[in-house]
Amino acid sequence: MTVTPDFLDGNAAAGDLEALFGTDMTVVSGRCRGCGEQMVLAQTHAYLDGPGMVLRCPGCDRVLLRLVRSPTEMWLDAGGLDYLKIPAPA
Amino acid sequence: MSWRMETACFGEWGHDMPIVSRGFHGRARETRHRLPPGQYETTDFPVLSAGPTPRVNPDEWEFTIRTETGTRHSWNWAEFTALPSQTPTVDLHCVTKWSKFDTEWQGVSLDVLLEDVETSADYALVHSYGDYTTNVPLEDLLDGKAWIAYRYDGEELAPEHGGPARLLVPHLYFWKSAKWVQRIQLLDEDERGFWENIGYHDYGDPWREQRYQGD
Amino acid sequence: MARAAVSGRLGDRLRWTTARLTDRRIESDAARTLVFEVPGWPGHLAGQHVDVRLTAEDGYSTQRSYSLASAPDGESVELTVQRVDDGEVSPYLTDELAVDDVVELRGPVGGWFVWRPEQKEPILLVGGGSGLVPLMAMIRMRRAVGSRTPFRLVYVVRSPEYQLFVSDLRGDDPGLDKTYLYTRSTPAEWPRPPGRFTASELSNAGWPPDFEPTCYVCGSTGFVETAAGLLVALGHQPGRIRTERFGSSG
Repeated sequence: MTVTPDFLDGNAAAGDLEALFGTDMTVVSGRCRGCGEQMVLAQTHAYLDGPGMVLRCPGCDRVLLRLVRSPTEMWLDAGGLDYLKIPAPA
Repeated sequence: MSWRMETACFGEWGHDMPIVSRGFHGRARETRHRLPPGQYETTDFPVLSAGPTPRVNPDEWEFTIRTETGTRHSWNWAEFTALPSQTPTVDLHCVTKWSKFDTEWQGVSLDVLLEDVETSADYALVHSYGDYTTNVPLEDLLDGKAWIAYRYDGEELAPEHGGPARLLVPHLYFWKSAKWVQRIQLLDEDERGFWENIGYHDYGDPWREQRYQGD
Repeated sequence: MARAAVSGRLGDRLRWTTARLTDRRIESDAARTLVFEVPGWPGHLAGQHVDVRLTAEDGYSTQRSYSLASAPDGESVELTVQRVDDGEVSPYLTDELAVDDVVELRGPVGGWFVWRPEQKEPILLVGGGSGLVPLMAMIRMRRAVGSRTPFRLVYVVRSPEYQLFVSDLRGDDPGLDKTYLYTRSTPAEWPRPPGRFTASELSNAGWPPDFEPTCYVCGSTGFVETAAGLLVALGHQPGRIRTERFGSSG
């Protein structure tokens, strides 16, 4: 089985992420729980045209973060990440 | 340059009332009685993906049904395509608000595949090549309501649309029709799939607009 | 300047605002630059993008992202949009949207694929097709602040008809070296026959890896895969290569 890339960079998720988190999440760094790769979210592989946002590890393709928005709620799964390191506001 | 942030949406969650852009119509749409609430017709066939597109060689392809007691029933490509097939023409309803009418498929009914499977399970968790899963009540896969489809519009099913073979369960939102289907696990208890465990509805009836948990 | 302006929005939620078209310019057969007036625009960094939302009379709505093409200039914001013929949004923006029409716009967003004037290392810009747009914003920012940072631009484009910002890039930018590589057809008497770009061309037109340039690569997913792969093969550190892929939904 081979796979075809059809992703964008995590950059492309900047608007939706910032609208929800109130800060630019694409420069936030994290580490993949699967393979240990460290990256900023801008460097993830972004799949944005489905029912929700999916960010995958550029190293191993595992799901790092998923985001779904209903009219009343936002569902976030960041379970593919060991951590997210977010710069504290000055 | 442009890229798609998300597919077409009607209204938008949690935002202010949108401003209408004069002369913007999007793709041609019309409302028909076959359109479930909140849906728009498209004549395209949008490709939605949550991950890389697997390219599965039919030589390596295998489809398995595993019962709640662990019994496995498997078909390779030759065995699978030798089974009696049907050619359903169905409407598709995607939770991202597009509907597509009169799509023509060829596939094997789940009635055929489940015929010799002994089970008292009530639920199915469908697994794809890649890491996608989706849950469907077993009764929604029976009685002519679902197929494992391997041809679309008279041609081999393209990888971006789920080829070599995908689940087709058109009476539910289209995310239930798992692309690149690999196996179906029969379960006594419902177990949520990829989208269902992050907010999407367990059942997903487009006519009752069951998009999200709680709808 | 731009940084101060951007931080002015910190803590303030990103919101959709109404943007009015004030001017449009032809950039190529298929590309238009759209100039919008955006009240309260906080300024932006070169390389950032905006989300644009269009809503039809019946409530149907769809959203796309576009790179900012201009350096910060008050409340005026420029987007350069390439028409995708079977696209849903780009033909509307390039052909239908008229002066005084409005769209909804959200931004600026994305702080990774940006060039800041305080960066002192040499810069390599590699653009494919309309992937030139955010790189042009960096060139314009460099110009606007009078930066002497050495820039090299490698622009890979199908043919002269598709070439963007032709007259703007014809001017003299001291310290900006430009290399144009045509893949299908060239201007008359062009020394290089049309064809795919190669590692040696990228090597000759770029910087040696030990100069530790930051490389910005923007284009289609396939173009970015190829160009970034070649840069790594030439010895550039993956951490010094920033990429922006774009899709073709138009």
